[in-house]
Amino acid sequence: MDKVMSDKKAVVIFLLPSFILFCAVIIIPIFMSAGYSLTEWDGTRAKVFIGLQNYKELFSSPVFLKSMLNSLIIAVASVLIQLPLSLLLALCIAHGVKGEKFFITVFFIPVILASVVIGQLWARIYNQNGLLNLFLRALGDKDAKTAWLGGMKTALPAVIVPILWQYVGYHMLLFYSGIRSISQDIFEAAKIDGASFWRTCSSITIPLLKPIIEVSVTFAVVGSMKTYDLVKVLTNGGPASASEVITTLLVRTMFYPGNRYGYGSAMAIALIAECFLLYLALGRIFREKPEKLEKPLKDERSAA
Amino acid sequence: MKKLSKLSPGRAVMYLLLSAWAFIQLFPLYWMFTFSLKSNQEIFGENPVGLPKNWLWSNYTNVVENAHMLTYFFNSVIVTVASIAVVSVFGMMATFALTRMVWRGRGAMRMFYMLGLSIPIHAALLPVFIMLRDMKLLNSHLSLVIPYSAFALSMAILIFIGFISGIPTELEESACLDGCSIYGIFFRIILPLMRPAISVVAIFTFLQCWNELLFASTYATDWHYRTITVGIMEMTGQFRTEWGPIGAGLMAATLPTLLTYVLLSDKVRSSLVLGAVKG
Repeated sequence: MDKVMSDKKAVVIFLLPSFILFCAVIIIPIFMSAGYSLTEWDGTRAKVFIGLQNYKELFSSPVFLKSMLNSLIIAVASVLIQLPLSLLLALCIAHGVKGEKFFITVFFIPVILASVVIGQLWARIYNQNGLLNLFLRALGDKDAKTAWLGGMKTALPAVIVPILWQYVGYHMLLFYSGIRSISQDIFEAAKIDGASFWRTCSSITIPLLKPIIEVSVTFAVVGSMKTYDLVKVLTNGGPASASEVITTLLVRTMFYPGNRYGYGSAMAIALIAECFLLYLALGRIFREKPEKLEKPLKDERSAA
Repeated sequence: MKKLSKLSPGRAVMYLLLSAWAFIQLFPLYWMFTFSLKSNQEIFGENPVGLPKNWLWSNYTNVVENAHMLTYFFNSVIVTVASIAVVSVFGMMATFALTRMVWRGRGAMRMFYMLGLSIPIHAALLPVFIMLRDMKLLNSHLSLVIPYSAFALSMAILIFIGFISGIPTELEESACLDGCSIYGIFFRIILPLMRPAISVVAIFTFLQCWNELLFASTYATDWHYRTITVGIMEMTGQFRTEWGPIGAGLMAATLPTLLTYVLLSDKVRSSLVLGAVKG
């Protein structure tokens, strides 16, 4: 058996196709991007090596800094609005309601739809004669005619709403399966002790969900950095980069007239670095917390 | 009604919250369906949110005849199906070598493949564009199948590894004693047993490829190879003021995913969440 299973030639044959594909499309391009980012290049003329000049320009560019800030605002909105809402919905569903299956099914529908479709749909909701203005008119504001996506102040919030709206169901499902995997005995014990819904949630369910919450926060934050489709379809970063994010700026820098491949690659590297740093930072934050959490728990036990 | 009267206030709030959110999620989709069958006159005038008064199926034929929607649709089908095939075959082969076969560096190689889970596709956008350009592959189905399958590979391997560890090795051992070769073990024993895992990976890859925009709008710009997401993005230029056909296009892009979800909702959900829970 071992002899058959350690056939070196077979290992190579089984591994080679995926290895070549993986290296060619994912690993090597990172090094290529890093190389391009040190040059001035438009894809046709010869590359000119300019050292770290692109990065200097990047971090003194108001548009890039603005787009980075916008991406961070989206991330913060996800963590502060989307995740608590998802958690609340998951807690309600897992508490045992009629139509549990129905709600889970419905909440997950937007997750599977193309972001382009959702973008086109919300562009129409935000239209001057769209659903939102119709709704405001029905509420009494007779001449509601705001072009939500066109306003300097309204563009970014208007883009954020569908971004959050689309993935509430995803995080809800993560939380829900987390709650379901908690031993039922604990909940029964809490019930016997007469703990209320809120008390059970805050002292049992949410602390035990911590690992899942960490996964959700990481996904939401790093995912926000990579948001592209919805912004592209809704505003393409406009008006005047009011809703610009790193990815839309990157694509425009590379593939629109001017073709600044070198400068765009510097943005790509900055994006990878940012995602990586956020991973590390979140990992550190989550690792520190348990120590702080453990102490009050112990105190409570000894007090009881 | 009897049951309702027994509801405690807390429960009532719960149902209210859940129903309100279900409404917020469903209403825009319902609205999309209705305006895909209306004329502008109805959408902006007498009947903006109700069901269509006369169902304007011509919006759908309009979008097929005037916007190449059928071509885009089939391009998406071709690219998606090919990517699923590549990911399943390559991923299964790699998983077999990474879990069942015995060799040095296996653990390190596993970690190496998992790198793909955290790398943003924007890092590859330009370099892969240059490679495809130099190989004269831009504007072909292959220009999308290659990056799609590469970026789905890590998740596929992660899912496959989860499944394969549940298959006992005794079967392979007895096959081995019967003189079965390593390739025989892979094709006759592992592959048939892994069918449920392959269906999960297929669903996951389907959703990724069908909904993808960035690669599609950069590598396949020629309308002969354009996928449905790009087609939809550019529809606004073509039907600037007419909402009906745009709605019809959105419905056409949504129907395959929605249908898959209706038929296999549990499997669809687990295929998207599995990676998160295991990774």
